Parts: sequence; structure tokens; C-alpha cells
Amino acid sequence: MAIIVTDTGFAVDDFPGVIRPLAELGEIQEGDGVEIGPADDPRALVGVLGQVALVRVRFPAFNDGRGFSHARDLRSFGFHGRLRAVGHVLADQYAMARRVGFDEVEIDEGLAARQPEGQWLSRANWRDHYYQGRLRA
Amino acid sequence: MYKYNEFDEAFVRERVRQFRTQVERRIDGSLTEEEFRPLRLMNGLYLQLHAYMLRVAIPYGTLNPDQMRQLAMIAERWDRGYGHFTTRQNIQFNWPRLKDVPDILDALADVGMHAIQTSGNCVRNVTADHFAAAAADEIADPRPVAELLREWSTDHPEFQFLPRKFKIAITGSPNDRAVTRAHDIGLRMVRNEAGEPGFEVLVGGGLGRTPMLAQVIRDFLPKADLLPYIEAILGAYNLKGRRDNKYKARIKITVFENGLDAFKADVEERFARLRSQWTGADQEILAEIEAQFAPPAFRNAPVDAYEAFRAGNGVFRAWTDVNLHPHKVDGYAIVSISLKKHGATPGDATADQMRVMADLAERYGHGELRISHEQNVILPHVHKSDLPAVWAALREAELATANIGLVSDIIACPGMDYCALATARSIPIAQQIATRFEELKVEHEVGPLKIKISGCINACGHHHVGHIGILGLDRAGVENYQVTLGGDGTETAAIGEKMGPGFPAEEIVGAVERLVLGYLEVRRDAEETFLEAFRRLGPEPFKGFLYGTEETADAA
Repeated sequence: MAIIVTDTGFAVDDFPGVIRPLAELGEIQEGDGVEIGPADDPRALVGVLGQVALVRVRFPAFNDGRGFSHARDLRSFGFHGRLRAVGHVLADQYAMARRVGFDEVEIDEGLAARQPEGQWLSRANWRDHYYQGRLRA
Repeated sequence: MYKYNEFDEAFVRERVRQFRTQVERRIDGSLTEEEFRPLRLMNGLYLQLHAYMLRVAIPYGTLNPDQMRQLAMIAERWDRGYGHFTTRQNIQFNWPRLKDVPDILDALADVGMHAIQTSGNCVRNVTADHFAAAAADEIADPRPVAELLREWSTDHPEFQFLPRKFKIAITGSPNDRAVTRAHDIGLRMVRNEAGEPGFEVLVGGGLGRTPMLAQVIRDFLPKADLLPYIEAILGAYNLKGRRDNKYKARIKITVFENGLDAFKADVEERFARLRSQWTGADQEILAEIEAQFAPPAFRNAPVDAYEAFRAGNGVFRAWTDVNLHPHKVDGYAIVSISLKKHGATPGDATADQMRVMADLAERYGHGELRISHEQNVILPHVHKSDLPAVWAALREAELATANIGLVSDIIACPGMDYCALATARSIPIAQQIATRFEELKVEHEVGPLKIKISGCINACGHHHVGHIGILGLDRAGVENYQVTLGGDGTETAAIGEKMGPGFPAEEIVGAVERLVLGYLEVRRDAEETFLEAFRRLGPEPFKGFLYGTEETADAA
């Protein structure tokens, strides 16, 4: 079962809506979620961001950093809904994910077993020691 | 000079703590080797041919004496008593043990230093003109902007997993000593017609297997727009840069394949969208940084004794002729300390030598040291009346070689003696060339000539921009050295032209000798440098010298 990581630790997924792939953009209903991958262009979502409740950004590999720019871009387009990183994201990357605008990270049980809750919670202080936060303040 | 504030101090301590736990988590299996690798790399730790190597940043090449002494301490306590200064204003320790690395990082933090982002696919140590704030030809000191960029790039959440490494260099002088056109982003501090400060922004330069010179993406960027604009470039590159082939992943390829216009359109769209997130806090921080780089209290003193000593001592005079550079303040000089003693490893300094240089900086140099990308150490502010004493102390430490900018002032990568990527040795070739020209006693007659040696196609020795570039390759298990000529890393930048077939290790020194002696034959006069002669005459006569088809007078 998928595990949702936030600043308070591990939890189960409580998103009630349907999460659609980008290809089903035309069928999006109010309150749905949508999923994009690293090679997708989030500009495609600009017209529907008001209806979408959650955007799930896929990280197929932890060392592919495109998802971090997608999150930053989605926020700059005015998306205020739930923003989730999903896939191969390390506890060491949790602060990065939060800083670019993700609300939460979705990982599988294998990764959660290898990198237990404490390792993620130790980066819940992501607002501290944050150079870019000072420079943009 | 910049001194860490509480934020910086707390940041590096926290970072060391994180790295310490990452090492532990690698050992307990929380992190796989594949996952640990980029984490150790972004803390400067490489796995080399024989051992780990720790690369420590010397941001914008500036050090104070206490920092230099700490490097000496680290070299003695945790390494083999020496360090290696690199072509990107870093120092490398070649023999640390993994378990000691967190302690080394703590020792660095004690003096306001770190090894953050000296490796990995992130923004690397920002480099700057090593004569900053001292050179007579400077428009503005680039170091405050370099410090701002250091803070901005450090642990930047969006750009820790770029397609490939990313290097930024900045110069505040029209005479480019920072090789800006060979960087992913090059910045030149300029003023517009209204006299306002800003930057000429260059993008897409790099050496490696596909050398390219950076192109201008903005001819004038207002000072306050710098961080949002750089962020727009990085964002465009993060999304557009290739991730399918590491040899095509640098921004130079992204710009080349998309075309500068299309890439620029992407950057400008991002910049327009993201600019409003910046409300001026960065400029306030920059102003605070600038205040910390206030010039030292220069003194006004007579230089008669210096002139008299110089007139009476030929060895001292020769050293002052080549190792000094004009200072912007009357009575002062910029002193380059050569780490290229004939036959020594270019860029290496022992712990004792580091302490001698630190003491000299403290006593005679307003407490400042610089590291150049040419792998030498600089005392940027020395009053001429102190030069005889400085020189005498350097001589005792075997640091008074008078060869700055000459044939034996060679840049060389670590090569096969240390590096896992290398295909040939670099250091022994540099040593042999230097020793040979010392025997010939011609290097002062030859004058300015930059030889740069890389031990593999990744070009860490900058051979593409050497007047004479040497690239060591592996040809069926035998080292083979290819020669390029006419490269230039300054404001008149050029990529060197490849000559014909390469030379085996035992012939490359002779080939360089024929080339240099041949140049002496064909130059217009003693004022015409090797590079100027090459530009005037073209490659043909030089090919003749290289391959022995054109006899020089001496060789007969």
C-alpha cells in the first residue's frame, strides 16, 4: 500500500478523488487529480488547474530532477491544490520537495521499510537552513 | 573578505550532521550505493583510482591565513601532508579515509569552509578572477556577486539533480582571467550607457569532448535581475537538457541542439513569469556582502629600497619581471606564487608551504590569499617595499620559481596517477616539459606561453584553451599525446586546432621543444608571443616543427 509522507510522518492515502493520466485531460471533473511524468509539459494543465484538486508528479528515478521544476512551475501558474511527488524520492530529498512546492511525497512499502519514518521526519525542518528562502523573502 | 554569519555557520554544521548520518545510513543499508553516490558527490567526496578524494571549495578563490593553515592541518592530520590546488579554485585531498570525512568537514566548518557541491550534477563552486579587487584593469570586484551566487546555489532545491554538472564563472575585468567563455554560464560585469551596473551573460560554453565557446544570451542584464535570470536559465536547462546520454547532457549541447534563439525564448518566458517572486531581499543581502569586501587599509610608503634591491639582484629582478602583476594602488603589486617548480607536480603544496604562504599573507599581504585556476597561489596586496622579504621567505620554502605565464607554468589535470577516468598520465609529462625547458634556459626568452595538459577527453586540464594543448589518450593500451595549437581562454577566446597524429609519451617532450624553438625562429620579434605568431602564420609552419618536416636552425 502506498504511504504518504508529510511533515508529521507516514500516513495512508486519504485523497478521495480519481487520479487521471495527462492523456485524459479532457475528462477532468471538479475535484479530480491528474498525474504527470518528467517529460510532460505542465503548461498543458494551465486551463484546468482551478478544477484539479491534486497533481501527482512522477519521479521514476531519484536522480531525475525534472519533477522539482514541474512543481515550481505549477505553483507559478497559480495552482493552490495538493501537490504530490510520487515514486523514487529519497528521505534526503524531502526538504527539496517541500521547498519547491510539494505538499507530500508518496512512496511504496519497500522504500518505506528501507528508509523508515524517522529518516523523513529528520528533514521535516525544511524551513530552516534555507538559503533560497532568505534570498526571496 | 566575507565572513560567515550565524546562518552560514549553522548551515554548514547542519550539512555536516546530515552527511554524517548519510554515511551511517549507507552502512546500515538505508541508502543503496547508487543512492549514496550523488549524496557523497554533492559533499565533495569522490571514489578515485586508489582511494577516496575530497574536493574542498575555495569559493571565488579567496582564502584567509587561518583557512590556509587549516588546510595544512587537514593535510597533515588526515592526508599525506599535501594538497592539490585544481583548475576550478578547489583543493583536493587525495588520500582521506571515508570514516574521517565527516570530521574533516567539521574542521573545514571551523574556519568557514566546506566541500558542498564541488561535485555532482548541481551548480558547482562559483569561480572568479583571481586578481579581483587588486588588478589595475578592473571595473568592479566580482566576489560579492560570486558569494551571492554561492548562497543562492547552495542546496538549491530545484537544481540538485540537473542533467549534468553546472559551472559558473564571473569576471569584473574586461581582461578575462576567469575563462568565462568556457563555462556553462559566464558573467562579465559591465555598465550600460546610463552607467548602471549589470552583467553580460554568456551561456553554453564548456570544454570536454565537445568544446564550445559560450554565446551571449543577454548583452546587458540589470544587476537586480541576476538571480531570477540565472534561475530561469537553470530551469530551462533542467527541463530541456538531455538525460539519455551523459556526453550530451551539458547545457552547451542543449543550447546547440535547440539553437540559441529557441533556448533564449524559453529562458525569457521563465524569467518573465518568475521575476515577481523576487522582492529585493537578495539585493539587501548583496549589499551586506559588498560591505564585507571593503578594501584593506593600503599604506603609503617609499619604494626606493625595493628599486635598489631589484637593481642589484638579478634573480630577484627576474622573479619580479614575471611573477608580479600591476596593482590598482600605487606602491603595491600582485604577487603570484608559483606552484610549478620545475619537476614538481603542478598545483601541489605541502602543509609547510601552505603555512609559509599563510604567514606571508598575514604579515605582508593584508591577510588575503587567492587560488588561481592556473593552480598557483596569489598574494593580491603586497607593498613593494615588502617584496624582498616576501621573496626571501618564498625562496626558503621552494616557492620562488620565476615562471608565471611561461612554458613551465603548466596546467595539468591529475591524470592516470590519481584519476579513475584518465586514459594517460599528465603530471609526469608536465614535469618533464618543465625540466627540459629549465635545461634549455630559454623560457624567459620565449615569454608568455600557456601549455595545458589533460589526461583524458574530459579536458580538466583545459587543453582546448592552451596555446599549446596536450591531450593524453589511450591508443590500444599505449599512451598517446595529441597536440592542439592556438587555444585561448581569455577575452579573445578560441578553441585550439588539432594538429596531426599524436606522439607516444617518450616523444611528446621533444615535440613540444621543437615547436617552441621553431616559434623562436619565425616570430617577428621578441614582442610577438607564441599565440600571436600562430594567429599570424597559421598552423602550417607549426605542423612542420612538430613533425620535423621543417628544420629549425638549431636542430640541424
